[in-house]
Amino acid sequence: MESKSSTTGNRDNPNRNLHGSKTMMASHFLRALFRIQQTSTSSSSAGRSRRIRRAAYASMAYSAGTRRAWSRALLRKLRSRARLRFPRRLSRAATPQRRDMDQAQVLRKLVPGGPSMDDCKLLEETADYIRFLTTQVRLMQTVMDSVSS
Amino acid sequence: MSGRRSRSRQSMSPSITDEQINDLMAKLQAVLPEARLGINHRVSAARVLQETCSYLRSLHREVDDLSERLSELLAMADISGAEAAIIRSLLM
Repeated sequence: MESKSSTTGNRDNPNRNLHGSKTMMASHFLRALFRIQQTSTSSSSAGRSRRIRRAAYASMAYSAGTRRAWSRALLRKLRSRARLRFPRRLSRAATPQRRDMDQAQVLRKLVPGGPSMDDCKLLEETADYIRFLTTQVRLMQTVMDSVSS
Repeated sequence: MSGRRSRSRQSMSPSITDEQINDLMAKLQAVLPEARLGINHRVSAARVLQETCSYLRSLHREVDDLSERLSELLAMADISGAEAAIIRSLLM
């Protein structure tokens, strides 16, 4: 797995935090997958896909814990059983207005907990959220490859 | 320190220093795939934000897509048998 961070030793290395989290993420997600396989029937395939998706975001949030605003926001949503929805794409009808629209505002809707973050916090949280998201995606790909072979 | 502006920031609040913005933008740029912004380090703040939003959307879509594919896989194959193989490849 390639490292995206710089190698300055005296700075906080974000990948150090990620390594321990990766193991937690993997074990949490795998346990959830086993559970889902045990408890779902052939008639509930759409529900199964939704459960897997939820498990993916849960694994990310639990492994990041409460130290991040994005993970706290995700955990809140998961616990309240609220729907996990993210904006899919810019609506074409709103394009003239969208060009003037603050890109940071667009970003706020894509990061959990975004609306209550100031610009600085938003950038920090986004970078961390992306790191965890890409790790989760790679984890899911690994499971796919391992089981398919 | 030279207060050199290397990024435009009309979309950011004025209370943040240029240096802070540049630092945070650099960190954000570091987690984006290189193909999206090229090797050129001089990318505007607006462009970094734009690519970040686009990348985030694609990551969310990937999670959705992989969830569906994994769902189909769970219906066909018993993953407990593949557990050892999965853990092995995760540790590599």
